[in-house]
Amino acid sequence: MTDAPIHSEHKDYIGSKLGMWFFLFTEIILFGGLFLLYSVYRSLHHDDFHRAATELSVFIGTVNTVILITSSLTVALAINAIKQDRRASAAVLLGVTIALGLLFLVNKYFEWTGHIHEGIYPDSPELLAKSHGTILFYGLYYVMTGLHGIHVIAGMAVLAGVLVMVLRGTVNGKDYVKLENSGLFWHLVDLIWIYLFPLFYLIT
Amino acid sequence: MTSGFYTAPSNHRGIFAWIFSTDHKRIGLLYGTSLFTFFLVGMSLGLLMRAKLIAPGVHFISAQTYNSVFTLHGVIMIFLFIIPGIPAVLGNFLLPLQIGARDVAFPRINLLSWWFYISGAACALTSLFTGGGPPDTGWTFYVPYSIRTGTNVSLAVFGVFLLGMSSTLTGLNFLTTIHRLRAPGMKWKRLPLFVWSLYATGWVQLLATPILAITLLLIIVERFFGVGFFDPAKGGDPILFEHLFWIYSHPAVYIMILPGMGVVTEIIPVFSRRSIFGYTAIALSSLGIAFFGYLVWGHHMFTSGMSDESRMIFSLLTFLVAIPSGIKVFNWVASFYKGSIEVRAPLLFTLAFIFLFSIGGLTGLVQGALATNVQVHGTYFIVAHFHYVMFGGTAFAFFAGIYYWFPKITGRMYREGVAKTAWFLLFVGFNTLYFPMFVLGWEGMPRRYYDYLPQFALPNLISTIGSWILASGIILMAVNLIRSARSGEAAGNNPWGGTTLEWHTSSPPPAENFETVPVVTTGPYEYS
Repeated sequence: MTDAPIHSEHKDYIGSKLGMWFFLFTEIILFGGLFLLYSVYRSLHHDDFHRAATELSVFIGTVNTVILITSSLTVALAINAIKQDRRASAAVLLGVTIALGLLFLVNKYFEWTGHIHEGIYPDSPELLAKSHGTILFYGLYYVMTGLHGIHVIAGMAVLAGVLVMVLRGTVNGKDYVKLENSGLFWHLVDLIWIYLFPLFYLIT
Repeated sequence: MTSGFYTAPSNHRGIFAWIFSTDHKRIGLLYGTSLFTFFLVGMSLGLLMRAKLIAPGVHFISAQTYNSVFTLHGVIMIFLFIIPGIPAVLGNFLLPLQIGARDVAFPRINLLSWWFYISGAACALTSLFTGGGPPDTGWTFYVPYSIRTGTNVSLAVFGVFLLGMSSTLTGLNFLTTIHRLRAPGMKWKRLPLFVWSLYATGWVQLLATPILAITLLLIIVERFFGVGFFDPAKGGDPILFEHLFWIYSHPAVYIMILPGMGVVTEIIPVFSRRSIFGYTAIALSSLGIAFFGYLVWGHHMFTSGMSDESRMIFSLLTFLVAIPSGIKVFNWVASFYKGSIEVRAPLLFTLAFIFLFSIGGLTGLVQGALATNVQVHGTYFIVAHFHYVMFGGTAFAFFAGIYYWFPKITGRMYREGVAKTAWFLLFVGFNTLYFPMFVLGWEGMPRRYYDYLPQFALPNLISTIGSWILASGIILMAVNLIRSARSGEAAGNNPWGGTTLEWHTSSPPPAENFETVPVVTTGPYEYS
């Protein structure tokens, strides 16, 4: 954080990025409330969480992790491209990022509907018949991946908006802070998944 | 109001030149009018409650209506008035002026904050008339009742969620503004202390409010999907809700009080013609309060079910908050020493603030101590305590700030005699209204009850009479301010002889605040 006071009339790039970082703090704390619930309930129902986690498909989880990490790469490459004023490649890379986000959601959709088809969803008779730890595990699973999914959708919308600006040339090699900030948001969405993935799929 | 930013050209006409303006001064006044409208609604609900409690066995409203009335009084006063409060109104108007900037860092996000605020308010008020009727949970929305009740909790909670977004974005905006837009020479140690208090508040708004957001979202999720996080039948724990709620709502107390402390710190040097005593200590104590404020939420839950170790730790940390608060009080009082004191309305409100806040703060320690907490928890003692801190503290500081900056905001001067009379009514009315509640609470009268035993009759009667005195003071103050804004005498640019940057520009300030960007060479309160 630089503290050099400046008094610019129009654009303050450092200020914009600082504001974005502040916003990311709020997102981390928003999810932090849920991570807090997870840690309390996991410590109380360790065995149930352990057994319930084995029911989730590590394969789909891994594929989705690879997809999101790749999308973080493409958005980083898009920023790199726009810095060199290669607007066409930046636009393509942004398009790929959005497509990867969509692919992630499609996988998530099949995963969720699979569970729902088996009768495992909040307040379902099948789920309520199971142990308390299992109910809480799936409750956390749906709420945390659901909130994360909403963030994926929001991130895709933001990136689509920036894509339009890149195509129009309002985001270009000289003025690309909007793309950088959208990229930061996308990385955060990715980062939260990187914590969700082991907590729900791997720690069995 | 026929000069300065009031007459700046705009792409919009009439009211649209206000509700679509990105000028921080117009947004500040937008907040000001909306806030005081809601304040009057909240005050009317409070008067209704006090009228209901005038004597035991008076039942002109039903118990269910009474539950809704205290819920709405709390939601409106806390989320619509006192949390946005000083930062949204005075902070918006004055922060850029005090640091020599043309506007905040993100003017459009600033406007968006107001729209979030007004949408949240609309949701909260719509919840009164739609669905299953007005919420009846109390402002804390405790589970399991908030999940089970048939009243319109979801919409009200969503409204509060939007208000939280507004508060977060305001904090984000102010932090970035203070980091990036200080005028040349405005070093950190030259910042006015009101700015320091907004800086500390900004961090709390930024880092605490998202916890409220997720907690409120979980109430909605539970109501619609029944996930069971807080339902023991499904393995959940309602106490965890209380933890999440207070992890936000205790720091929120400092969102409310810190800017008030900042306001009185501006007023004291000006009206005693002395530089502030202990500038660094006051600035750092704001950060200290913000920091410790995060770690004490458990003291709201001493009787909820918690291990003795946690209770002792939370109690100790609670006592630690008293240290930075005490540092401030002693520095304020020391600043008057050998000063040339001029007793005007802003200073009267400031002195009332110090007195009432000290009572509120010290009675807070009564509740912070574990043994006495068990005695007073959930009684009128708590009601008295937080009204002394929030109303006697924050609202009195807010009023002090409004009088102090009124000539800057409007270019006109209020009527001093009327202002002092209103102050007297407020001060007397306030103590008559709330002090008996300490006694009632100590004697064991529970808060939120619809009716009470005959032995509590006299203090309740006194308290209700106090509510009328207080309300008449508010009305007198409002009339004075509204009339003076229209037809008061011209005040000149610097009627108080203030030294901070806002007094170096015209009253009301021009659209871009300063004709030329000021260069700062000295600290904020350079009286000899």
